Amino acid sequence: MGEAAERLAASDPFQIAEVGIETQLAVERFLHRQAEILDEKQWDAWLALFTGDGHYWMPAREDQTDGEGVPNIFWENLDMMEMRIRRNNHPQAHSQAPNNRLCHVVSNVIIEDEAANGDIIVRSRFHCAEYLRYEVRNFTGKYRHVLNKTDGGYKIQLQRVDLVNREGPYEYVLQWWL
Amino acid sequence: MMGCVVTWTNAEIAALVEPDRAHRKAYVDSDLFDLEMERIFERAWVYVGHESQVRNPGDYYLARIGRQPMMMTRDHNGEIHVLYNRCPHRGAQLCSARQGNAGRRIRCSYHAWMFNLDGSLDNIPAIGGYDGTALTIDGEDFQVQKAERAADYRGFWFASLAEEGIGLEEHLGEARTGFDQLIDRAPGGETEVVGECFHMVQQSNWKIFLENQLDASHPGATHESTGVAAMTVERDMRKAGDEPPMAYGFLSDFARLGIEGWGKFGTVGHPHGHCTLEGYMGLRPDDPDTNEYVKCMYDAYGEERAEEILGVNLHHSLIYPCMSIQPPLQQLRTIRPISTDRTMSEIWHFRLKDAPEAIYQRALGYYYLVNSPSTMVNADDLFNWWKVQHGLESQGGDWVSFHRNAGFDVIDGALRKSPDGSMSEMPMRHMMHVWRDYMTGEGA
Ligand code: FES
Ligand SMILES: [Fe+2]
Repeated sequence: MGEAAERLAASDPFQIAEVGIETQLAVERFLHRQAEILDEKQWDAWLALFTGDGHYWMPAREDQTDGEGVPNIFWENLDMMEMRIRRNNHPQAHSQAPNNRLCHVVSNVIIEDEAANGDIIVRSRFHCAEYLRYEVRNFTGKYRHVLNKTDGGYKIQLQRVDLVNREGPYEYVLQWWL
Repeated sequence: MMGCVVTWTNAEIAALVEPDRAHRKAYVDSDLFDLEMERIFERAWVYVGHESQVRNPGDYYLARIGRQPMMMTRDHNGEIHVLYNRCPHRGAQLCSARQGNAGRRIRCSYHAWMFNLDGSLDNIPAIGGYDGTALTIDGEDFQVQKAERAADYRGFWFASLAEEGIGLEEHLGEARTGFDQLIDRAPGGETEVVGECFHMVQQSNWKIFLENQLDASHPGATHESTGVAAMTVERDMRKAGDEPPMAYGFLSDFARLGIEGWGKFGTVGHPHGHCTLEGYMGLRPDDPDTNEYVKCMYDAYGEERAEEILGVNLHHSLIYPCMSIQPPLQQLRTIRPISTDRTMSEIWHFRLKDAPEAIYQRALGYYYLVNSPSTMVNADDLFNWWKVQHGLESQGGDWVSFHRNAGFDVIDGALRKSPDGSMSEMPMRHMMHVWRDYMTGEGA
């Protein structure tokens, strides 16, 4: 089990940390900026959001505590994310043509834990509309981020995304992260 | 005949299938779809599920066979049953969650009739009200109905809703090797499902899925973007001194082999419509993980038997009309047609008992990359199938072409093989001919 997954599993999912307003604002701004990067397809900025060992994780089941060794909807490190960006931007990625648009709203931001070194565990809710092939479909769910505080600001060590309809069925494939 | 006003005569159906092409109506006509359900899916052996989906007494798992809502249950003696998911009282669905444990009895939510896990009626509240009526607790009409026939092949459960017909093993024939491989490749001699399956809806006719599985001329074209991206990432990782995960190779092959490189894998058509693909994909790569696995197999079975198991040249088994198995990848997919243009698929991953963790991880990597709801591979297949459905619904042409290497099948006893080095459309032709036989009552 990775270090970040362990921290997330050990953290009380209903805890509310007493943090200063500055921290609350900085974390919210980070989450809003992540959503914007995704919606605006700023892929270099996307990759720069994660730590070197960072993972984007969408479990297939609620009771999963780790992405390693089990089926997931998403379980991607930087190499996989890079592959996805390259593939979706390839001219022959025909299921991506015409390209989709995403639009996120992130809210209900509650900081769960602030470590002595400034690392954060934060939970929030999101709604995302995806426009693809002239139709809109909607996704909604819960984020839990493990953020490392670095000189360059926060970096995502682990982002867990629990979709409300995680069991599917899926009408078609999720090609970008949500 | 289930509400069919317009029916097709057998001669009309037979005319939809020619030696090297099929008529688009077979994919888009809803009366034909109803006939397919009646004459193929509600008659032939259809996959229900693996015994490990109902591990404990009281467990149930829902499945559709043709248009029928069914469930697989395990009773308190450990026996597995395949039942219609319908209460014999006023007809309510009995179990509504996809899976679960009913405890000692299944309780109908409407009036609380209680049933044993084998479908037999156990009791009815205030049963005195039935005194002097035609209802008896063991009357045939008051039991949950069982599938007309249910059988398993080594733990893989099938049902047929026809009272008579050939047995399951005869139906599977040599194509059952796919199941054998899924079990025998486990050093512990057992296999089990991992977690829940993925459910993907294909926006296309069920036959288009089957026709894609052994379609050698599609991977290099359909999956080019993913192949190129995977190859680039592999190259970058190696440059940085890292060894890419072996599962990435499943994707970069799409670019490495190009469009024409897939002809070296042979396809075989079997009786009753099953098809198999030989060769390809990590059957026996030479890497430390595989070598450790081979050693486990030697220890478990002895060298001779282990080599016999590992030497089976099978990448993919299509079991007509309902499933695809890829034993070296520990993966099984089954399809449940919904309408002419919608098909539900269940995608299952299996764990081989006592195989080294790395072998499980590698197959899990494939499962993720190729078949998860975020796949970069199947996304392009699904989209092509949808586009095919779209095209076939148009009047822009009546026929689907299966001409590649038509007339050059190699007949070997009951088997029909693609010529060496070809990307023959033999599997598609073969399945449509079997379709015609089922649909016109020629047996099959
Ligand atoms: S319908 Fe099931 S008990 Fe009445
Ligand atoms: Fe494909």
